[in-house]
Amino acid sequence: MSEQASKKTPTDFLNGILGQRVFVRLNSGIDYRGVLSCLDGYMNIALEQTEEYVDGELRNRYGDAFIRGNNVLYISAL
Amino acid sequence: MADTAGALTVEEPLDLVRLSLDERIYVKLRGDRELRGRLHAYDQHLNMVLGDVEETITKVDVGDAAPAVRAVTRAVPMLFVRGDGVILVSPPSRT
Repeated sequence: MSEQASKKTPTDFLNGILGQRVFVRLNSGIDYRGVLSCLDGYMNIALEQTEEYVDGELRNRYGDAFIRGNNVLYISAL
Repeated sequence: MADTAGALTVEEPLDLVRLSLDERIYVKLRGDRELRGRLHAYDQHLNMVLGDVEETITKVDVGDAAPAVRAVTRAVPMLFVRGDGVILVSPPSRT
């Protein structure tokens, strides 16, 4: 069984990428890249060294950022 | 949980907000609105009470020529923000 198949649930996947650089896309199409420091059950996200991209262009940097979970479309590990 | 360790660690995302109490924060809202102000209170919905707030509204003027982006700012002494409008909260940089 591959590494990814052995991660049983979506939550296991998310816990598995804690501390990694991730890519978060919001429903509005805005993208965030940063280090995933933690998540909760609402999919609220805390990111470090966050970069905000609008239409693929870097718009902002935040040292820390809290993203409210209802805005999240998807999260992927980089 | 020990007070000293509990106060300084980020174990869940809302801890980032808790650590920003009484600090000036940046809040990105739906509808191209941004707030900068001092965080007086918050809850689990991200309802927040902010003081000394500067609200920035970004508008796009659609004319015959190229669309122009215009930022309008205004100052509000005290503001209650309903949590469902919040997209992102950024605390001052931690050291």
